[in-house]
Amino acid sequence: YAWDANEEYLFKAMVAFAMRRYSSKSTTQISNVLLCNVTDRVSFWFVVTDSSKNVTTVPGSEVEAAIRMNRNRINNAFLLSDKTLQFLKITSTLSPPVEPSTPVWLIVFGVVLCLIVAAIVFLVVSGIQKHKKKNKESTDRENLEEKVEVTLENGIPCEALDLKAGHINGVFAADDDRFTSL
Amino acid sequence: LSATPETPKEDGRPKWDNKFQYILSCIGFAVGLGNVWRFPYLCQIHGGGAFLIPYFIALLFEGIPLLHLELALGQCLRKGSTGAWNTISPYLGGVGVGSWMVSVLVSLYYNTVLTWVMWYFINSFQEPLPWSVCPLNENRTGFNEECYESTAVNYFWYRKTLNITPDIAESGTFQWWLILCLAACWAIVYLCTIRGIETTGKAIYVTAIFPYLVLTIFLIQGLTLPGATDGLIYLFTPNVSVSIYFPFTPPQISYHLPTTPGLDHFQPHHLQTFKLKFKYVGFSGRNIINIINEFDLPEESIMRQNYTSWISFLNSSYPEKIAGLKLKSCDLQEFLDQSVSGTGLAFIVFTQAIILMPGSQAWAILFFIMLFSLGLSSMFGNIEGVFTPLLELQIIPKSAPKELLSGIICLISFLIALCFTLGSGSYWIDIFDRYAGSVPLLVIAFFEVIGVVYIYKIKRFSEDVEWMTGRKLNLFWQITWRFISPLLLLIVFMAFVTLQMQKPPSYTAWNPKYEGFPMKEEKVYPPWVQAICVLLAALPCVCVPLVALFHLVKQKRRSKEPSLVPPEVSSCQGANS
Repeated sequence: YAWDANEEYLFKAMVAFAMRRYSSKSTTQISNVLLCNVTDRVSFWFVVTDSSKNVTTVPGSEVEAAIRMNRNRINNAFLLSDKTLQFLKITSTLSPPVEPSTPVWLIVFGVVLCLIVAAIVFLVVSGIQKHKKKNKESTDRENLEEKVEVTLENGIPCEALDLKAGHINGVFAADDDRFTSL
Repeated sequence: LSATPETPKEDGRPKWDNKFQYILSCIGFAVGLGNVWRFPYLCQIHGGGAFLIPYFIALLFEGIPLLHLELALGQCLRKGSTGAWNTISPYLGGVGVGSWMVSVLVSLYYNTVLTWVMWYFINSFQEPLPWSVCPLNENRTGFNEECYESTAVNYFWYRKTLNITPDIAESGTFQWWLILCLAACWAIVYLCTIRGIETTGKAIYVTAIFPYLVLTIFLIQGLTLPGATDGLIYLFTPNVSVSIYFPFTPPQISYHLPTTPGLDHFQPHHLQTFKLKFKYVGFSGRNIINIINEFDLPEESIMRQNYTSWISFLNSSYPEKIAGLKLKSCDLQEFLDQSVSGTGLAFIVFTQAIILMPGSQAWAILFFIMLFSLGLSSMFGNIEGVFTPLLELQIIPKSAPKELLSGIICLISFLIALCFTLGSGSYWIDIFDRYAGSVPLLVIAFFEVIGVVYIYKIKRFSEDVEWMTGRKLNLFWQITWRFISPLLLLIVFMAFVTLQMQKPPSYTAWNPKYEGFPMKEEKVYPPWVQAICVLLAALPCVCVPLVALFHLVKQKRRSKEPSLVPPEVSSCQGANS
């Protein structure tokens, strides 16, 4: 929208409204608000006079406080925001960003750390298990080797006896139960 | 000589599962963070395309021959760095010890960089991204002053992450959040190297391949942005007036030794184009608002197109007012020249770019995972370089599991690296990076080549290589190994030392109280810091002559007893058969 006399009127009305709300005396009129030095940038100076006392201006600190209190309403009247409607020397209070109770990064960090620790524990435990299994296997193998050695101690290793190649004496092989077993 | 490949034999050495895994390991170790953020910066400040000429010369005559040499040695001898050099000649054992020391020093600070990456990663899960908004000051009337003067991105990096002190002498306090991330990083490293090559071999499939995928995605994204061609042109236009780039090339290459240098020419130049576009937009908008307010000009009278003409007009008519406005510079050239390297590129420039992309969280997460994998794969190589020689030296009894040794290494490194989490930590990392990671490598590489060629004798080495590969050695390798590589290394080393001597080493500090803030303040290192720099650079180098001297003395004593047989220089084939 373009800035014209109607908008100026609205502005004066808003300032008067702010003064009324702030000091809660309903004597401030629109005619008490005076604009001067209006430029095309749309910037201007304004003062608020007090008609009850002899045409003196209301001190700047009061006006500042009044506007600060009603800043929201003034902004909305013009469909503007703190960034687009600027009152010199009235700095707006910026709202702090929403902060969750625990910082988000701590949560993510906790998740990552849990995963890592779980993986490490898994690897270490599986390593220990593998170690134990290897030890058990090596002791088993040692037992087998003893049995092999027993048969070797007889002088004739069992593997060397090739039952297919040798001759079988039919007399002895036929009746096994007549002879005492070893 | 840290990650040695083996064929299965009964000596119980771990082995790679297949050839692909081995190649991936080499690539992963060689291509690290330096490739992403150091190379494009060096390329740019030393004159764009002209930098590539000495780079390729160094690559061809120094990098690749050294790589070949080391891989062949490692393959042949199948030992860690200390064992391998002891086998070649006891006098050269110092080379192995020296490279072991370099691995230790590099591991210490490299993982701290990964800590920063992890910190940014876990902070990328928020909306809005924490480096995109400035925090408010105490009475909530405006933004935090340090943040407002520089940018939100700078503030998050220097204050929220590092909590940096204005001077290296002031140590500051421990940053507990960094300590947490450091612990997590070392836990990840432990997890991946827990059983040596068995576990890193599996992890390498992800950490070596993933970064290339992400970089391709970013390349495509970057090329579609406006200003991409300008950035590319600027990056590659040769600037021949800058002529002192030569000594800086080979340290860039040897930074990625000891195993592979040849793969660090992948340049993500699109990162430069981001910087170009986004800084321009950010500052000019703010300037325009300030000027319009100051001179009460009507809305939309100054646009981006006529901004420069307006500025010159106003500067001639009202110079004091313009000076009082404290306009941020909008000059394109100045931005491009101000480009940063290293941590600045990743954590400041690129995070700034990410804010402006749609879906920033996803881009940020992707980017930081990529940086993390790049760094992690290099860490594998470093840790193996520390781990394997210790394993061979049998510091712990053989019955104790390998997991214990890697756990001890990771724990001790974590405790030492805690000093990098102090307020002045990042200054120390710069020192380590500049002095422990560059000069000793040159010296060690030089002694490696000399040792193999002249002490082990190149004839015997060629026979070994022929025995391994089945092919005779090319003339190219003979010439480079014998003459060109050692000569080049010597020249670079001399040039580097002379350049360092010319002016006292200085650094740039982030000081909010400095007049030129947000520019960084240039400071000189205090003498005790300079002494530490010299120590870092000299310690690995001095191992080489020390060990040689030690063996010489031992030999002299042995020669007095003729009954003992002097140690023979064993051959590669002899070690296997």
